[in-house]
Amino acid sequence: MAMATDTPTTVETRGASSSGAPVVFDNLTRRFGATTALDRLSLDIAPGELVALLGPSGCGKTTALRVLAGFDRPDLGRVLVDGNDVSHVPAQRRDMGMVFQSYSLFPNMNARDNVAFGLQIRHQRTAQRRAKAAELLELVGLGEHVTKYPHQLSGGQQQRVALARALAIEPRVLLLDEPLSALDAKVRAELRDQIRALQQRLAITTVFVTHDQEEAMSMADRVCVMFQGRVEQVATPSVLYSQPATPFVGRFVGVSSRVAVTRRGDHVEVLGRDVPIRGDLAAVPAGELEALLRPEDLDVTVNPNGLGVVTHRSFLGATTRVGVGIAGANLRVDVRSAQADDLELGTRVDVSVNARDVLVTTRQPSS
Amino acid sequence: MASLEFGTLLADPSTTDQPFADDAPVTRRRRRVHWGRGAILVVAALYFVVPFYAAMAFSLQRPTGGFSLQPLSQIASAPGFLSALWLSTQLAVITMIVVMLLMVPTVIYVHLRMPRFRRAMEVITILPIIIPPIAYSVGVLESAPSWLRSSQYLLAIVYVILAMPYVYRSLDSGLGALDLKTLVEASRSLGSGWISTIWRVLVPNLRSALMSASVLTIALVFGEFTIANVDNWTTIPVWIYLAPTDNPRVNTLVAMIALLATCVVLTLIVSLDRSQSRDSRRS
Repeated sequence: MAMATDTPTTVETRGASSSGAPVVFDNLTRRFGATTALDRLSLDIAPGELVALLGPSGCGKTTALRVLAGFDRPDLGRVLVDGNDVSHVPAQRRDMGMVFQSYSLFPNMNARDNVAFGLQIRHQRTAQRRAKAAELLELVGLGEHVTKYPHQLSGGQQQRVALARALAIEPRVLLLDEPLSALDAKVRAELRDQIRALQQRLAITTVFVTHDQEEAMSMADRVCVMFQGRVEQVATPSVLYSQPATPFVGRFVGVSSRVAVTRRGDHVEVLGRDVPIRGDLAAVPAGELEALLRPEDLDVTVNPNGLGVVTHRSFLGATTRVGVGIAGANLRVDVRSAQADDLELGTRVDVSVNARDVLVTTRQPSS
Repeated sequence: MASLEFGTLLADPSTTDQPFADDAPVTRRRRRVHWGRGAILVVAALYFVVPFYAAMAFSLQRPTGGFSLQPLSQIASAPGFLSALWLSTQLAVITMIVVMLLMVPTVIYVHLRMPRFRRAMEVITILPIIIPPIAYSVGVLESAPSWLRSSQYLLAIVYVILAMPYVYRSLDSGLGALDLKTLVEASRSLGSGWISTIWRVLVPNLRSALMSASVLTIALVFGEFTIANVDNWTTIPVWIYLAPTDNPRVNTLVAMIALLATCVVLTLIVSLDRSQSRDSRRS
């Protein structure tokens, strides 16, 4: 669905700092038997900010969201919303709207009644809550579907109703638990833009759980990458991509190639060139090292005497990703599609590094 | 959030994805006649209809030939019939209410919090079918407090136990068809407490399961003979057995009417459920 770009006069545009509650995860620990789902997790979320919790399955991101929602309790630590400790407040008293991964609309209610449910619980008058429900359904582009039941709506429409329902109660915090994962790619992209536009316009503090880095990077103000219950890095998408703080973030976020390197003081030799080591030199591990290189950190040129060989090509639109086998490493290099015609499979090439610096980590066994 | 004043932001109906139902191709299937199935259906129907017809014919046939509805008028005036009917109705209602109040929260709790206990619940709830009713009857009479022994509510308590297997299975399959955890969490996140969640969200979505459980409970109470007889309560089945009339045709007629009434109630409930489902789909 294309988004309307003009701002309706009835919409109250608010600055991101003017509303929404600040959220603090303070040293949260949650264990399930021998498994530690959250390991001293701490995170500050500013009012009106959208923070994505990103990580592989089992990293604790959903547990963190459930603790914030009140569906789970931490073994240690606190959750602060608007400065108040809500760790022991029941879910129904937290004033948090939530959109779930699976379709969560009440099957016995039509779209309008679903949206009005939270208002009914708050004893709003029938006319008032129906008007507000209709307004919210209009907002998410479902003004024509108010009397339809969940089974009469597509997956994307159901998630939009769920979003309208979560917004109806004017939540202090909006929680999104992988709300797009069950949708097909096109609807997912549309709804992603829609949620982001809505969140920015209403300036609701939002926590968004996803394992899809494209979703996280395109929607969030900041992304919190989690691994084994811990925060690996919290940063804006661009910083996360260009300056990963840990090897895990470097490997997990974006595409990177690994190349064995030799350290020379504050530099490493990568593909025949000395490149400065990124970050804290004291944190660079001893022993055998490898550099993590983004596809755009590398250049490839055709050379009949070159050491590299083109092993595969993937057309991505404006760019083409070229796989190059060189010195035992498999490198992925992005080239402009218009210039990729020369790079047929088996073509001999040279690969050079154009990055200002590189992230260095302990060498991993080849997969 | 301070307020939500919205316009038609973001809406573009021209590109709004359509319901899957709209995309479904319209196909017409030719109806095939299955003679084998038809024959089985006819035999099964005869199995039920012939004895029913025979009993009705016996009840309504005049000695001089032909049929008469005169025995119908004798039913209401038959000694003890109305009180037996009232007692059975009371017991059915009490049993239904108590068993639902007990089982609905229990089954929901087991599904949500103790899913591993479901197998054990199945075994526990099947016990009333395995243990002979006469054993219950004696056991309950022995263990019940004296003030309750002379009360009809004791019978209702026993019927609650007897109805458990049927009610549990109906609710278990009904809850199994729902994404219970998500529905409950969605409701709670919107501010609804447990009772409100059960009443407003779960019960309406368990309508079919609750209806079938209710029908089975009513049928059980109106058909149970052994325990009522041992406990000296004249329910409808006991009244039919004791035959306090001098006309066996009336007793047979009552039995047939009871059977017919159960079928009618069952059909009505199923039809009501189907029409409500159809209405919700249509709107």
